[in-house]
Formats: sequence, C-alpha cells, structure tokens
Amino acid sequence: MYDIIVIGGGPAGLAAAIEAKKQGIEKILLLERDEELGGILQQCIHNGFGLHVFKEELTGPEYAQRFMNTFHDLNIAYALNTMVMEITPEKEVHIVNDQGYQILKAKAIILAMGCRERTRGAIAIPGKRPSGILTAGTAQRYLNIEGYMVGKEVMILGSGDIGLIMARRMTLEGAHVKGVCELMPHSNGLTRNIVQCLDDFDIPLQLSTTIVDILGEERLTGVVTAQVDEHYNIIKGTEKEISCDTLLLSIGLIPENELSKKAEILLDSKTKGPIVNEQLQTSQEGIFACGNVVHVHDLVDYVTEEAENAGRAAAHYLKDIKKSKKPIEIKPETGVVYTVPQHLDYISDQVKILFRVNSVFKHHQIVIKSDDQILKTIKKNHMAPGEMMHIYLKREELEACESKLSISIGEL
Amino acid sequence: MEKQMICIVCPIGCHIEVKKVEDQVVVTGNQCNRGAVYGKEELIAPKRVLPTTVKFEGGLHERLPVKTSAPVLKSLLFELMAYLNKITVKGPVKMGDVVVKNILDTGVDMIATRDM
Repeated sequence: MYDIIVIGGGPAGLAAAIEAKKQGIEKILLLERDEELGGILQQCIHNGFGLHVFKEELTGPEYAQRFMNTFHDLNIAYALNTMVMEITPEKEVHIVNDQGYQILKAKAIILAMGCRERTRGAIAIPGKRPSGILTAGTAQRYLNIEGYMVGKEVMILGSGDIGLIMARRMTLEGAHVKGVCELMPHSNGLTRNIVQCLDDFDIPLQLSTTIVDILGEERLTGVVTAQVDEHYNIIKGTEKEISCDTLLLSIGLIPENELSKKAEILLDSKTKGPIVNEQLQTSQEGIFACGNVVHVHDLVDYVTEEAENAGRAAAHYLKDIKKSKKPIEIKPETGVVYTVPQHLDYISDQVKILFRVNSVFKHHQIVIKSDDQILKTIKKNHMAPGEMMHIYLKREELEACESKLSISIGEL
Repeated sequence: MEKQMICIVCPIGCHIEVKKVEDQVVVTGNQCNRGAVYGKEELIAPKRVLPTTVKFEGGLHERLPVKTSAPVLKSLLFELMAYLNKITVKGPVKMGDVVVKNILDTGVDMIATRDM
C-alpha cells in the first residue's frame, strides 16, 4: 500500500511528488508512460520558462532538469514505461509495464496526466487526407527529440503558443513558413511569442481566417484559406489557394481525463478537467489533480505552483486534516468562462482563485460577489482570454459568505 | 531609422513607434519607461537567446538541446544555425556544459540544456 501514487512525470507530477515528500510523506510512487521524466518540457527547447519560479529565463529541458534533480535527490520512487490503465474510486491503480499487469493500492492519488492536442478531427477540416498534416506538438517532438524535419513549405492553422513557437523553430531549421491562420479576430498566443516568433521572421499572421480545403493525394500539396465574418461563417469569394507540403495544427489543448472518468470523478464542461476545491481535491475523496489535467495553464510556472499545492494538500489529507465548513460554490458569471477551484471546502487564511475571461477587456473591473452582495471589486487595465487571471480572497472576506461566490467582469 | 513595434515587457503590449532623430532615439506610444528602454534596444541592436538542438551520440536521444549562454545579435541567428548543423556532440553531458566555446567569435558559448 502506497501513501501517494502520482500519475504523470511531467512538471505537475514532479512538483506534486516533491512537495508531498517534503511534507514528510514517505511511501510515494510516481508513474510515467514515457521512457524518461520531464514530460512535454523535454521537447520545448525554447526559452521563456521559469521567470516566476526561478526568477530567470530557462528552456523547457532546463526547467524539467531542475525538478528532476530535486526529485532524485529526495529518492522518490518512480516507474518509467508504465501505462496506467485504470483508476478505481477505491484508489486502486491498474498498471501495465514490462513486469506485466499489476494492481497497486494507495491512500491518496494525485492526477497529473497533463493534456493533449486537438487534431484535425476536432475541427473537421474538409478535403483530402494526405500525409503532411500534424499537430504542432507532434512536429515539435519529431524535430527537437527525434531529429526529423517534417516539411519544407509550411502553413500553420491556429495561433496558439505551440504553433507560434514552431513557426520560428521550422524557420530557423530552414523551412519556409508561409503564414499562420487564426479563426478568431485576435491571437490566442502570448504577445511576446507573436513578436519573437512571427514578426522577427516576417511570418504573416492572418486573423479571422481559416482553412477550408486540403489538397494533395499522397502528400499535402496545398491548402485553401478563407476569411470568416464575426459569426465565424466563411466569406464567399475570399478563398485563396496556398501551396505547401506541411500543415501544422495549433488549435487547442484538451485535459487528458480518461482515467479520471474511470474513477468516476466529476468533470467541468468548460475546463474539461476534474471539478476541484481549493485543495485541488476532486469529487472523489483522496484523489487530487493538478496541472494541465485540471485546466490548460499559460505558463509552466503556474502548473508548478498548483502542483505544489496539490502535493501539500494530499499530505495534509493523509495526516487527517478534515473539511472545516460546508462548501461554497464559485460561479463564473458575465465575462468569465471558468474558475479553478470550482468550490471551496476549507477556509484557509487565503485562497487563490484562477479564472479565464471570454474576450479582451480594457479598463474594466473584476466583481466578486458573496451571496449576491458585492464583496469587492478589482480594477484591471487589461484582461484577455489568453492570459489566466487570478484573485486572492482572505479568510475575513470569506467568513461572511454562506454558500455562493460569483466572479464577473463589469464596467468601471 | 524608424520602426513600429509591439512592446513585450508586460502583457499590455503597447504599440510603440521608435525613431532615430539625429543621435537621439525617441520612443512614442509607450505607457511606461520600461517600454522606452525596450524600444531603444530593439531599434539599435536587437538580441535573442538562440535555443536549438545539435546532433548527439551516446545518449537516450539523437538530438541534444542547447542554447546560447547569453543573447546574441538577431542578425547572426542563421549563421549560428548553419554552424551548429555541422557539429556532433558526444555524451555524457550535464546541463550547463559548454558544447561550443565562443561560437563564431561572438564571445558567447553554446551550452547543453539538459543531462544526457
């Protein structure tokens, strides 16, 4: 019987396991399906990680290496090349590896499986099905880890950060990146990536534009782009054929929750991740979740912070610290897509609530209401869907709240 | 010399205009002083850290991720890439190990960004 089993050896799993160990938990096992630890960071060779956690700019592998070094120094047990097949509500973990099929038991589980990319099927691009169409992350793995160049003439659909990073990376490796199409009227990527990945190399970003046809029999020979109106309907007559041998898709990430579903954990329809309280505990007692399996984060630094909280919370759970109050539900209202956590079960000195807004707001305010009374407002000069927002609430502010908190965006 | 750019110092992303008037660099459109500093550097000598990979032997993967130990002139990036495409590094290496010293006389080293 393990005290804690951590599922996933990326930044979330590593930080959660490290923190639980630091809290004095001895019997921890981390399970990883890949042949090494570090997760997707290992293929994110670009810099820009760690500004919050380490106060310096690191590459993905460096960020991972630092956590792996700490993880190994703490002698935490782990198994590589190990696939988790199933988790039960009774906290049994079914695994397969070269030792065969085993059922492990744990007092607490931390889910840290991360997320995966949406593919062509998710947005149903019509047209032929030639080779040369891949997700930006798959191309990134081929190029940065396996050492294969995936194409020469490249179009990118979606202006998420991975797509932007790959536009620069493919250009530096000698490919001609012809453009990035984005369906929305604004980019979903960080501004610094637009500047340093596209503008630096004169790669055009076409907003309100999508791909409406795929050409080519064996290998991709081109795509047809078209502009869309404010309802995302294609504007007839704006179709343009662009020749290319590669199409990279950077069209969003989905938390990977097949295991959570098997454990009968309730999921949030907006985040696509488990509903959690401020301790990152899911609807199954003793099963915690952190990182991109809960909701997709902008920065790995925020994943680390959340994972440390989950590791600490799992340790506290094992030490039998009980819930202190009836739950407070947190409702996302006007302008807010979702919040994490979705409810509060404990009252600590301070809770941090993360949320995402649904469009760009300039000079607006965040309105926090407690049972329909305004609790406080926070003025913000700039809010955008691509940048996760957060607020802190103190114990005194929460004590008056009976059952419901709401967060919305209002005019000043 | 004159350039339109987006300031990336903070998430506001001011659209700034940087102009060289005689010997003075003038930045307009910025909302804070940090934007002025950024604009000047970007106009005169934009620099970037270059992260990339090199061919690797004797480890788990075929490629080793590396980066420049400091930012280098943006105009040199493709030359550095061409040079790095010709070399092979042999393992084992530790994160931070120098794999190319003073690359192309830039005064900057290429360093490994992981153990392998």
